[in-house]
Amino acid sequence: MIWEAVRLALTSVRRNALRSFLTLLGIVIGVAAVIAMITIGTGTTEKVKADIAKLGSNLLVVRSGADTGPGGPRVAARPLSQRDYETLSLRLADVEAVSAASQSRVRVVFGTESLQSAVTGTDDSYFPARNWALTSGRVFNDSELRAGSNVCIIGTTVSRQFFGAGDPEGSTIRVKQMSCRVIGLLESKGFSGFGQDQDNVVMMPLAAFQRRIAGSRDIETIYVAGRDGVATSQIQARMEDLLRESRRVAPDADDDFSVRDMTQVADAMTSATTAMTGMLGAVAGVSLLVGGIGIMNIMLVSVTERTREIGIRLAIGAHERHILLQFLVEATVLSAIGGLTGVLLGLGIAGGVAYALSIPFSPSALIVLMAFGFSAMIGMVFGFFPALRGARLDPIDALRHE
Amino acid sequence: MSAPLLSFSGVWKTYGRGEATVHALAGVELEIERGDFVAIMGPSGSGKSTAMNIIGCLDTPTRGVYAFDGIDAGRLDRQRRAILRNLYIGFVFQGYNLLARTTAAENVELPLVYRGVPSRERRARALAALDRVGLTGRENHTPAELSGGQQQRVAIARAIVSEPTLLLADEPTGNLDTARSHEIMELLIELNREKNLTVVMVTHEADIAAYADRQLKFLDGKVASDSRVTEMA
Repeated sequence: MIWEAVRLALTSVRRNALRSFLTLLGIVIGVAAVIAMITIGTGTTEKVKADIAKLGSNLLVVRSGADTGPGGPRVAARPLSQRDYETLSLRLADVEAVSAASQSRVRVVFGTESLQSAVTGTDDSYFPARNWALTSGRVFNDSELRAGSNVCIIGTTVSRQFFGAGDPEGSTIRVKQMSCRVIGLLESKGFSGFGQDQDNVVMMPLAAFQRRIAGSRDIETIYVAGRDGVATSQIQARMEDLLRESRRVAPDADDDFSVRDMTQVADAMTSATTAMTGMLGAVAGVSLLVGGIGIMNIMLVSVTERTREIGIRLAIGAHERHILLQFLVEATVLSAIGGLTGVLLGLGIAGGVAYALSIPFSPSALIVLMAFGFSAMIGMVFGFFPALRGARLDPIDALRHE
Repeated sequence: MSAPLLSFSGVWKTYGRGEATVHALAGVELEIERGDFVAIMGPSGSGKSTAMNIIGCLDTPTRGVYAFDGIDAGRLDRQRRAILRNLYIGFVFQGYNLLARTTAAENVELPLVYRGVPSRERRARALAALDRVGLTGRENHTPAELSGGQQQRVAIARAIVSEPTLLLADEPTGNLDTARSHEIMELLIELNREKNLTVVMVTHEADIAAYADRQLKFLDGKVASDSRVTEMA
């Protein structure tokens, strides 16, 4: 009986192809929107997670000035000093690496080519702390670091600009006024989630940067990479104690530095994108509901149009439940077709957007099943009232209906 | 003689209430024997359509008893009347009432669908019924591709496919020309004779009514005359 009803429903959908298509549009758009929004949102979350993982896991970042929250103004304060760095690197236990770094955007020149690049003065701990490896060459040696020698390690963007596919090692580039020999090439990190080229960088010993580029002994940032399995909150508390001591902050005064836990930042960003995804999905869900109302509307039209047919069926012995079933199945089949089309369309849109924005395409079987199931259910729910109306018709009136 | 197939005793059908009360049937007494061919005649508003609806178990009397083969059909609920119709009654209407864009065979199969007959058997029985009404080879035509007479034959095939006890025909020749009308009547007579099928037919044409064994005339909600045509042979 169910099978008969499905066959009948398919026939009816085929006979009113244009009308069925227009009715379905609501469901198709609703389902496609839900699928596309959630798939793109999930991909974005994954991208953000991956970006943050590239920053380095368990990373804590120290800067001078009190932290007034993300995006808030930084209160001017004494810069970080060599003493702060040494205190942390000597007395902090359970950490993988402690690295001091300063950065500045300066012009880098090789031959006739030039490039505005992010130049960082730092030490060898920087690479493990930032989870960054070299593809060729070597890191700085102790004497280079101590002396502040004219050596540098460059990112792939700089290398490609100056040397094309050639080997940059041993060449000498000019950074601001300073000549410096390339000793290594960093692996590519690609663009960050904010569209920043992470490979347009030049690294040099901190002492060289301070003397030749910045002209001061200040340290901008201290990176601390916690050991796996040690809570970063614990390390952060210890760091704050050590820094207050080293910077001689009065017991009743606020910190004049900030320690930011990148794990927390990662969590915050992940939960923000997840919340965004959920919200967009919910908004798309509303359009599904609207699609359901469209189905109810067209099913009412269909019942009215086929009053005579219902009359014939009732006269020759159809029961109320046969008529109810017929129209319910028709509504469900209609919305299921819409759901299926919507799933395909939604995945297509999500795939295209994922490709265009170079975020991962991460369709979820659960979401696809839920959207499809929900659309079929909407057909059933919104088809019930019209179906019941058809089933309750009086056969005599229905037969007389023109 | 066994009990009559149909019997009306003191049947009233009343519509509206108060001043607007209309008695479509006003105390009808009637019995129809098994195997009979009855024509019901009467002007519009005489109650003949209401009587047909009650005979066909599409409607129930307001007062009085309508018995179908000993069953008090007037007291049955909607669902039981649907079962009764499906098992024992075939309908033929003036406007054919076939499902549009549905093949002749599918139309004929319809009563069997609601009886839960498996599709292979349904198909075979539908083809046999179409064959009986002389429509062999037309089983895949839709009503739009058939003439009026052929459509009425499909409707008759649909009415007899479930092998009913009673065939109800409501102005079966109302939309047909004279030649086609007589062909349809010949077919109904044949079915009446060979299957001992009881036929009750509403018509307002005297020459169509003349095919029947018995003629009932309704007037003002009552049976005004009841005449049996005795066969010559």
